[in-house]
Amino acid sequence: MNGAHDLGGMHGLGPINAEVDEPVFHHEWERRVMALNLAAGAMGKWNIDISRHARENQPPVQYLASSYYQIWLAGLEKLLVNAALITADELSSGTAAGPLPEDLAKRALTAEAVPEVLGRGDNFTMDDDIPQQFAVGDRVRVLNNHPTHHTRAPRYTRGHKGVIERCHGVFVFADENAKGQNNRIPQNIYSVCFTARELWGPDAAPNDCVYVDLWDGHLEAPG
Amino acid sequence: MSESHDHSHLSDTELRVRSLESLLVDKGMVNPDALDALIQTYEHKVGPQNGARVVARAWSEPDFKAWLLKDATAAIADMGYHGRQGEHMYVVENTAEVHNLVVCTLCSCYPWPVLGLPPTWYKSAPYRARAVIDPRGVLAEFGTEVGVDVSVRVWDSTAELRYLVLPEQPKGTEGMNQEELAALVGRNAMIGVEKVSAL
Repeated sequence: MNGAHDLGGMHGLGPINAEVDEPVFHHEWERRVMALNLAAGAMGKWNIDISRHARENQPPVQYLASSYYQIWLAGLEKLLVNAALITADELSSGTAAGPLPEDLAKRALTAEAVPEVLGRGDNFTMDDDIPQQFAVGDRVRVLNNHPTHHTRAPRYTRGHKGVIERCHGVFVFADENAKGQNNRIPQNIYSVCFTARELWGPDAAPNDCVYVDLWDGHLEAPG
Repeated sequence: MSESHDHSHLSDTELRVRSLESLLVDKGMVNPDALDALIQTYEHKVGPQNGARVVARAWSEPDFKAWLLKDATAAIADMGYHGRQGEHMYVVENTAEVHNLVVCTLCSCYPWPVLGLPPTWYKSAPYRARAVIDPRGVLAEFGTEVGVDVSVRVWDSTAELRYLVLPEQPKGTEGMNQEELAALVGRNAMIGVEKVSAL
């Protein structure tokens, strides 16, 4: 979707203002939001791409006016209701109408399991033997598509030509994975090198470039 | 009204978070102990000190550096750093000719096992917007000078690859041991917005 999250190249946002000696969290509620997101993920009702889409899929004014963990909070509330883990009434009242079904409750993350779960992470690669559509050194063009759903092809790359720098292997295709569980389509991911001038025009530095990780489904031969 | 029930000093966001947490605990979806363990992990255990040790070892051991550049996931796992948001690592090396900079324009992708959770500025709209269109302006804002003859490479983390910059080792540090070297390496240098300097 062409949302406010797709920020590459936008002007007018001001300086970066990096904080010196910044703490990991600025407020107690930020700690809780981070941990609630990770813990609720143990229900297995969504994947990382579904959760990314829940965060980015909001009015641009609201997205840009929210802090990072406010975006995470809004996303988590949406995920929980969409997955029917809680009802809208429970969310607004803060009161549980009943406990989770037993099969879900037993998935709840325990403190003892935290090191193992974090240390294992997710596996985004797939074993399927999918032939590479492109080889290192090939010129490619990013499809000029504007899907209304989640996509990992940033707007600033669309329609632009680049060169395949590397093939990272076969991974789950994020754009489809975001549409629901059990939507795992295997595709190759490539590191695509775009010159700064290809993306931003003649005023860009002649020797600079941007590398973007893109899937087979984002690319075509330039013809 | 007793203080414990007076929530008037709390923001709407704080109230929403408290309400959600109590709801999820009541439903049996989350364990408070697990929340505390998650917070402890990312606030106190996992952070840029991990990445600094990786960089120091790469500066000290040519074989490890070659491994790191060839198969970063395995080389970094060899030091005990692996898992969530670091499942697929890729290391890019700064040299006299190339300066690398990492961003996630679409969200906040960041190599958690080696750098911890990202700082606010990395997740902010200004950084995500400007890193790809004006990397030299971003570097200047961090006080980092990159010559016109140096190629700036920006890595937009749009997939599940997570990037770590291997900074140039500062001159005059050749005799240092890995612990001393690691102490020189800050988070910003491993994102690529700064260089490492000898203390």
